[in-house]
Amino acid sequence: MPNSAALVPEVQYATIEQQGEVAQLGMWVFLVNETLFFGALIFTYFVYRTTYPHAFAVAGKDAVLWCGTLNSAILLTSSLTMVLAINAGAQDARRAMVVWILATIGLGCAFLGVKGLEYYLDFQDQVVPVVDYFAKPGEGQAGELFWVFYWIATSLHAIHLMTGIGLLVYMLWRIRRGEITSAYYAPLEVVGIFWSFVDTVWIFLYPCIYLVGRS
Amino acid sequence: MTVTTVDRDALPNPMDEPSFLTSENTIASWLFTRDHKRIALLFFASITFFFFVGGLAATLMRLNLATPKGLLQPAVYNRMFTMHGIIMVWFFLIPSIPATFGNFFVPLMIGARDLAFPRVNLASWYVFNLSGLMVLYALIMGGADTGWTFYTPLSTIYANGYVLAAALAVFVNGFSSIMTSLNFVVTIHRLRAPGMTWMRLPLFVWGIYAVSVVMLLATPVLTMDTFLLGFSRFTGIGLFDPRHGGDPLLWQHMFWFYSHPAVYIMILPGMGVVSEIIPCFARRPIFGYTGMTMALMSIAILSFFVWAHHMFVAGISIYSGVVFSLMTFFVAVPSAIKVFNWTVSLHKGKITFDAPMLYALGFVLLFTLGGLSGLMLATLAIDVDVHGTYFVVAHFHYIMVGATVSAFFGALHYWWPKMTGRMYPEMWARFAAILTYVGFNLTFFPQFILGYLGMPRRSYTYPEVWQTWNVLSSAGASILAVAYTLPLVYLGWSLFWGKKAPINPWRATGLEWIAASPPPKHNFPRTPIVTQAPYRYDPEADTFVSQEGTPYAE
Repeated sequence: MPNSAALVPEVQYATIEQQGEVAQLGMWVFLVNETLFFGALIFTYFVYRTTYPHAFAVAGKDAVLWCGTLNSAILLTSSLTMVLAINAGAQDARRAMVVWILATIGLGCAFLGVKGLEYYLDFQDQVVPVVDYFAKPGEGQAGELFWVFYWIATSLHAIHLMTGIGLLVYMLWRIRRGEITSAYYAPLEVVGIFWSFVDTVWIFLYPCIYLVGRS
Repeated sequence: MTVTTVDRDALPNPMDEPSFLTSENTIASWLFTRDHKRIALLFFASITFFFFVGGLAATLMRLNLATPKGLLQPAVYNRMFTMHGIIMVWFFLIPSIPATFGNFFVPLMIGARDLAFPRVNLASWYVFNLSGLMVLYALIMGGADTGWTFYTPLSTIYANGYVLAAALAVFVNGFSSIMTSLNFVVTIHRLRAPGMTWMRLPLFVWGIYAVSVVMLLATPVLTMDTFLLGFSRFTGIGLFDPRHGGDPLLWQHMFWFYSHPAVYIMILPGMGVVSEIIPCFARRPIFGYTGMTMALMSIAILSFFVWAHHMFVAGISIYSGVVFSLMTFFVAVPSAIKVFNWTVSLHKGKITFDAPMLYALGFVLLFTLGGLSGLMLATLAIDVDVHGTYFVVAHFHYIMVGATVSAFFGALHYWWPKMTGRMYPEMWARFAAILTYVGFNLTFFPQFILGYLGMPRRSYTYPEVWQTWNVLSSAGASILAVAYTLPLVYLGWSLFWGKKAPINPWRATGLEWIAASPPPKHNFPRTPIVTQAPYRYDPEADTFVSQEGTPYAE
């Protein structure tokens, strides 16, 4: 049986269960690290936000609210489909697993599409520091700091999301090779943990960019 | 579909297996290896190279400071001390003990066959070398002159030179640290052999665990910080530029949020090494094992709450200065507990002064001197006075070079028989250890005096009255250079002509000493079963009990 060859654990593990469990712990530890990475950026944002509350509020009003809100809905839904894919994997429902993974990839791409449209609108609005930036009345120079944060944070988030999509495509390839089954679906769970983290980052970015100071 | 598990005990006896050094001989088998021991040796080659590059920059600096007027052009001098700092910190000290001895011995000491993620481990080496190439590019093109701290707005606006390349090198280097430390945390949590409880872990493993936690939590902040710095320099956006509403102090806060813990990244593994060597060569159990583990972890945790003591004169509020000063004093408590325990571990021991022990005792003495001067610097009023002087230079070199590099060489000699299967020439090694100690003190003790007299750091020139002390320091540096080069020669010699090493030349208790010297590819013939605490030496009967519970008499 060719498939059972894939279920031999790597040499450093005693059992395949241990290998799966260690892989998940590895992802969690990596996410601790990622939390501090994004945490440092959001910390920088809050330092400047509290220093220049007015300028940031004025600049923040130019962010395209409907794009951000739509994207929040898309991304939260993708977390649901991701979990459904893992659930299907656990129950050996291979077809459902593939469908839910494809749905997750689709939602991820939809997010990136909306994000691209939003970037285009931002560009037309002349809020791209360095390239084409026009300070609105009342912003002063600090408004530019808001937009620097916006571009860095959203593009880093988008890179993470693209990584997630890439990992899901890799998972589809491994499913095709018969390596992910109800006996061993830890890789899919690991990707799922990462995917949910990318969503969680967005849950923090969304209010920082679109909501604070808008009332 | 069936789940198969491998019966490890049915594998062939590795005492008959070829060692990890000789099992495969192609270049590709080294470059694409997943064996933690081979990756450790790859790291060893890389960091040794950078140690000598950074050392070369230091040599030029000491040569320059031998005379008051100097030898180098001022701008060249600035670049030399900047590149010395960047290379020594990120390309030698931070990876030094964890990436080499940690990589090699953590799996062996906990009874595992490899680290949890061997591919990540190998990737870590490649990323390290990529960042190394970037820093070499920055150096060869002319270097940067911002100091290793990259303070803004000098680094973002005013500095000429290859600041962007150097900052990017630091940025990329961080990923290597993160990958290595992630591997250690997961491995130590999940791959311990049966019976290897947390309170039976050798203190070296505890040291590597503590340092990995610090690396994981601190490095991403530096990654983001250098990213923002590089972005600001590249685009001209004033994220840290007051003219554009940015705050230059924010750079410093985030930089030291990493770089103060980074000091503990350098010292914690050294503490682990010394805690292995001292009980072994005093032939008695370490004093206060539990206290040692708690001290390691409390240093790791406290390290995150002291960073602003680097900024007492940078314009932070006096109140936060007081708080950070107090927190800094707290770090002295676990540090002092460790020094006390090492010292008491010698009491009524049966001490032999082999080279590893000489390095370990050197570590304790130099660490104590560095730590005590650290207490002086933690005092706000004194720090304001001596912050910009050689006093600080001497202080941190006592910790980072005196202590850490001694521990590095101690580890190198202690584990050399296990790593290579050869004994090193003992007399030469003792000579090098003593020479290191003499050369180090001659180099850096005069700098304490110079600093207290007020000689400013980072200056290529100084008044003639200080020349005597500077000449002493430069003379010491030349001795130190010999002491650091000597091991390269006689250890290299021993690779070919050294005596074959037995399995356990030091009669030590750890699991790494039940594997062959050098170990086979997958370390152990069978999974070891641990029944004992580490360091069960008995000085009076001259016996010891390995962690597997096997008693050994002479």
